[in-house]
Amino acid sequence: MSKQKQLQVSAIENGTVIDHIPAASLFDVISILGLDHISNLITFGTNLDSHKFDKKAIIKVADKFFERDEINKISLVAPHAKLNIIRDYEVVEKRDVTIPDEVIGIVKCFNPKCVTNNESIITRFKVEDKIDLALKCHYCEKNTTRDELQMM
Amino acid sequence: MKNRSLVSISDYSKKEILHILELAAGFESNPNQPLMRGKVVASLFFEPSTRTRLSFDTAINRLGARVVGFTDASSSSTTKGETLKDTIKMVSNYADLIVMRHPLEGSARYASEQSKVPIINAGDGANQHPTQTMLDLYSIQKTQGTLENLDIFMVGDLKYGRTVHSLLMALSLFNPTFYFVAPKEMSIPREYKTFLKNMGIRYFEQNEMGNLEKADILYMTRVQKERFSDPMEYERVKNTYVLKNAMLADTKDNLKVLHPLPRVNEIHPDVDANPKAYYFEQAENGVYTRMAIMSAIMGVK
Ligand SMILES: [Zn+2]
Repeated sequence: MSKQKQLQVSAIENGTVIDHIPAASLFDVISILGLDHISNLITFGTNLDSHKFDKKAIIKVADKFFERDEINKISLVAPHAKLNIIRDYEVVEKRDVTIPDEVIGIVKCFNPKCVTNNESIITRFKVEDKIDLALKCHYCEKNTTRDELQMM
Repeated sequence: MKNRSLVSISDYSKKEILHILELAAGFESNPNQPLMRGKVVASLFFEPSTRTRLSFDTAINRLGARVVGFTDASSSSTTKGETLKDTIKMVSNYADLIVMRHPLEGSARYASEQSKVPIINAGDGANQHPTQTMLDLYSIQKTQGTLENLDIFMVGDLKYGRTVHSLLMALSLFNPTFYFVAPKEMSIPREYKTFLKNMGIRYFEQNEMGNLEKADILYMTRVQKERFSDPMEYERVKNTYVLKNAMLADTKDNLKVLHPLPRVNEIHPDVDANPKAYYFEQAENGVYTRMAIMSAIMGVK
């Protein structure tokens, strides 16, 4: 394990480190997880060198352990994210994120004529294609694809 | 079906579709059956559609129920900024059933989640119009004697035409072969081709009217100028998808020509007198299928 990696993941006593976030998606991840509304100690780094993307970002949240459903929400913008669960400065568990079968309330429907874009309604999508990403709107029945993906 | 909303044709199984068609045949042979006497149906047309509204109103009256509602949003409280949710919450306290047409896509699904009483979708923007699909199915079954194993030609705007998409999904339960006849810009969207492949259903695509001797059903749709990004392209293709009587010369005896109406110029008037033209009778079938759907949902049949 490289020295850099050691530094990145070992800085908190207890909590969660979310690694391998595409740098461009950092603020989406923060907003999807509601990290801008909690009082925990949070540190993040961005534009770090990565093997997987051009630049990656990393977030460390002290004293926070995410539920699986909660963390899977970020899979839409950070499909290769890795979670390191830290207890007493040690990585006790590593986890991947998986794209859920249903996406509720995070993504905007791309269709301007969709009722969800015209009245205050919580969006709901069925994930029809997990590889190329196609989210079928429960209301207008149109597919929102990766290129059209926009967070609420 | 009792007490369940009808938002999309895919809300009904094959068995349920066939049940509705059977009820519709009963209403056609005896249209005056006041099975819904004492019931109140709210007819909410947030955008005008005289054809669909008259068909529903006729069906409601023949079933002996009463109608309340409005015929376009300018006469309703929505112009005062009332949300769809609030309108539906209020109306579902008054009526036993709601028939709704709305310009926004997905509005009917949303309304069905807010309503205490069942909703029948009479068109939600470019999305779904299941009672049109049901009357198309009824017309096909009535003229062909079956819905199974038919050769179906769909002609015109196959990209934006919602009636085509819903009919395609519903007919896919009955092992059809599809022939899609459309200009490149109006061709059938990839998601429907994927759907057909997954269902194991054969389909062919062609740019010109041809192979008509194979057809059992010729389903014509409007090719609208405003759908084309290039007006020159419209001028080039607009006459390619016009059906003329001479083109029906070598077709099968059982062939019927269908069209959701209103037509523009895609069916030449010289076809109207041909016994294979079925589009005017097709519209009439809408009353019986709507009677069947309403009585099944209200549980009176
Ligand atoms: Zn939508």
